[in-house]
Formats: sequence, C-alpha cells, structure tokens
Amino acid sequence: MKALPVGDNALLVEVSSGEEAQALHAELLRRRAEGALSVREIVPAARTVLLDGLDDPARLASELTASEVPPAPPRTGAAVEIPVRYDGPDLADVAALWDVDEREAVRIHADTEFTVAFCGFAPGFGYLTGLPPRYDVPRRATPRTAVPAGSVALAGPYTGVYPRSSPGGWQLIGRTDVVLWDHARAPAALLSPGTRVRFVPVGHS
Amino acid sequence: MTDSALFVVRAGALTTVQDRGRPGHAHLGVPHSGALDGPAAALANRLVGNPPGAAVLETTVNGCAVRPRSTVTVAVTGAPCAVRVDGRPAAWGAPVSVPAGAVLEVGTVIRGVRSYLAVRGGIAVEQVLGSRSTDLLSGLGPPPLADGQVLPLGDPHGHYARVDVAPQPAPPEELVLRVTPGPRDDWFTPDAVRTFTSRAYRVSPSSNRIGLRTEGPALERSRPGELPSEGMVLGAVQVPPDGRPVVFLADHPTTGGYPVIAVVHRADLPATAQAAPGTPVRFVTVRRR
Repeated sequence: MKALPVGDNALLVEVSSGEEAQALHAELLRRRAEGALSVREIVPAARTVLLDGLDDPARLASELTASEVPPAPPRTGAAVEIPVRYDGPDLADVAALWDVDEREAVRIHADTEFTVAFCGFAPGFGYLTGLPPRYDVPRRATPRTAVPAGSVALAGPYTGVYPRSSPGGWQLIGRTDVVLWDHARAPAALLSPGTRVRFVPVGHS
Repeated sequence: MTDSALFVVRAGALTTVQDRGRPGHAHLGVPHSGALDGPAAALANRLVGNPPGAAVLETTVNGCAVRPRSTVTVAVTGAPCAVRVDGRPAAWGAPVSVPAGAVLEVGTVIRGVRSYLAVRGGIAVEQVLGSRSTDLLSGLGPPPLADGQVLPLGDPHGHYARVDVAPQPAPPEELVLRVTPGPRDDWFTPDAVRTFTSRAYRVSPSSNRIGLRTEGPALERSRPGELPSEGMVLGAVQVPPDGRPVVFLADHPTTGGYPVIAVVHRADLPATAQAAPGTPVRFVTVRRR
C-alpha cells in the first residue's frame, strides 16, 4: 500500500488490485462511522481510494501504511436487481469476443453477481466488477455520440448502466428501464460503491 | 417563500446560480460545484446581509440584467463592471437598493471574467443534494439563466453583520499559482517537471467552470499507457495527452485517468475565476508544510 499526498489536505491511497481497493474503502467507511476518521470525501476508484478534506494527511498516511487492511466483510442482504432486455447493438460483438453465442453471453452476464467498485463519469454511473478477467472487452473503436439512458454496457473489466443519454464508447449489450439517478429520491443514486447487483433478463416488451 | 422574484431581462453569455456547492457526494460521481470565486460571492452576500452560503448569480464576461418584482437590496462583486439601475450609474462592490420594477443592469466586465450578484434573501431555486448551484458538468441544479425566466427570492432572514464597502483583490494581471507536486509527477520526464514550474503558460479561451485550460509548452510523459481512473481533487493539475496542464475547478469530474502532476494551493483558486483568456500563468512549487 502506498499513500500519496495530494495537495495539503488529501491523500491518494494506492493498492495493487480492485479487490484491495474495495476492502480498503470498506475499512475507511467503518473507521469514519465509528468516529475514528474525519474526512469530507472518500472516493474509491480502480486501484485507489482518495481521502479529501483531511486535517493531517501525513499522520493518516503513516497510520494506514503501518496497518493491514482487513478483507472486506461479506455483504449481507439482497443484491439490487436490474431487469435487462439483452438486445443491445453490440451483444453479437461481445459474444464473438467471448467466443460464445449470444444466448450464452447473456447467461454468463446474468449469472454473475456484480459489485459497484466505484462511481464516476456521471452522477449515478457505477463501475461494476464481477466478471472473470477472460471476459474483459475493449471499448468500441469509434465512440457513439449518443448512448441512450438505461443502456447496459461493457468496457475493460467493467459493466455499467448509463444513467442518462450521453456520448460513450462502451459495448452496449442491453437496456433497462430502472432509474439509476433521481435527485428527488433518497438516496438519489441506485448504485453506490459496495452495492451488489444482479442483472435479470426480461423478454422484449 | 415570499412573492418576491427577479425577472431575467437579459441572461448574458452564461449566468448561473451558485452557492457553496454540494460537497460530500464525490463517491457517487457528483462534482463539488459552487461559486468559482468563493470570496467574491461571500462578500456580495455580506454586503446585502445574507448568510455566506446564500445563492447568488455568477455572470460570465457580459453580465446580466434583472427586474425585481419588489424593492430589493443587491450587491455586485467579483469582476469590476458598470452597475446601473434604470440606466443610472450605481455602486459596484456596495449595497444598492433597486426599486420594484426597475431594471438592474450588471455590465460587461472592465477586467476579470465573473461578477457576482447577491440579492437580499438569496436566489431561492430548488435545492439539489443540499445546494442550488448549477453544475455544468453533470447537469445538476438549475440550468443557466434564460431571457424571460423568473427566479424566486428567499425570505430575508437572520441578522448577519452587514458591511457597506469592502476591499476586493483586483483581477490578476498574471496568475501565479502555488502548487504542491504529485501525486503523479513521476509520470513525467524530469524535463517536463522543470518546464511546468519554470516556463510561462497562458489561460486558454476554452477554459470554463470545469477547468482552467492552458496554452504553452507540452509536458512529456516518462511512461506510456493509461492510469486507471482515480479520484480527483479541486485544484488538481491534470495533463491530458496534448501535454497542456488543466487546473480542475468547481465542476471538475470526480474521477479521471490522466496523471495529475501537481495540485494548486486552495487559496490561489479564486483568482483563476477572474483570469481572462491570454492571462499569463506561472506554476510555482511550494514545499509541503
């Protein structure tokens, strides 16, 4: 584990895998909940957790690097279920990359339990992990200028759902009607870091 | 809610509602947002007796014009500009009373970029995640002002110390930004790190509330490949593939994949709000305290 100072009030803690980043994130949330950590933002990402708004980043840095991060506690409770019509324009390409037929590609995706590793790009956009590394896929060579809201998409090791229409280069495998982000709802974001997710295939409507 | 409101006669090039932003949601991908020149916004509020976090209007270069439905006290701060009430000159940087139905004109800036208009009671648009700020990256908060729109005003409340006039820093002739190196300065060649803190840059016209973009010598990376996405702070100096440093401002994305060579000192950020395109920029290294 490395703790890199970021300006005067923040710390970027770098670990060697996504799993470790998720475990570190869980541990930092636990410390904050019990009052042992005072920080404005805890922002997990692919291999890092950013702590912003710290009074004494240097002290926390030495504390963290001297300690072991316990593995993330097993998640309890039900996963968020997202119904998906697996009819995306890139489903055939993804199936070809995985060397399976489309039906099998859907089965692989829908049988996987995902975890929101981190959020970013847009409010409510989660980067979900769970697929084995052999199912990593590249981004589209040419990004689309408009990806419809609710698109379920793959890029690299991640699955994501577009909360609103935006440009994007991910491989679109399906669509959902679930609202990912609604600021009038509490909580506004359906998915936040650590949330478990399952995609449930539904027929064409 | 009272029936007091502002009618937008002229929205200007880009006028947004801003307060102190919505911290605490970066892990959901929600930018901080808020007034770019925080001290100017806070001063405008003090001049009219508002709490420092009341929502104000942030204009861009050519001001705006509004007509209050009832008599209100206003103040204009930030970038200096002509202030007029029904065509008559009024004070900048001081409380001004605008009679019901009169037109308050915030003029084009004389220097700087962004003026702030505070109205007693504050702009009372709906809060989103605890803030009324317009976030131009993610689209949260009210859209930028449009001609003919009506903005609700809040009830004047509290007895906040009111000042009549207060000194304000002039918009910068040259932007000197103190930076702390890292966290990804090791992604750049030693030459690039030297260039960054020794050569002159200029503010690019493509700067906005998301980032202060610069023109100047490109910074060369010492390693190929991509950095996995990581959390970004306000003031982070990110270097995209074109090699020109970008200083992240209030509406910056919460995560990013381009390496951050240094972070600008928090106290130096308000001046970036007032640096017009072409303003010289120097990055100066300060040692970590």
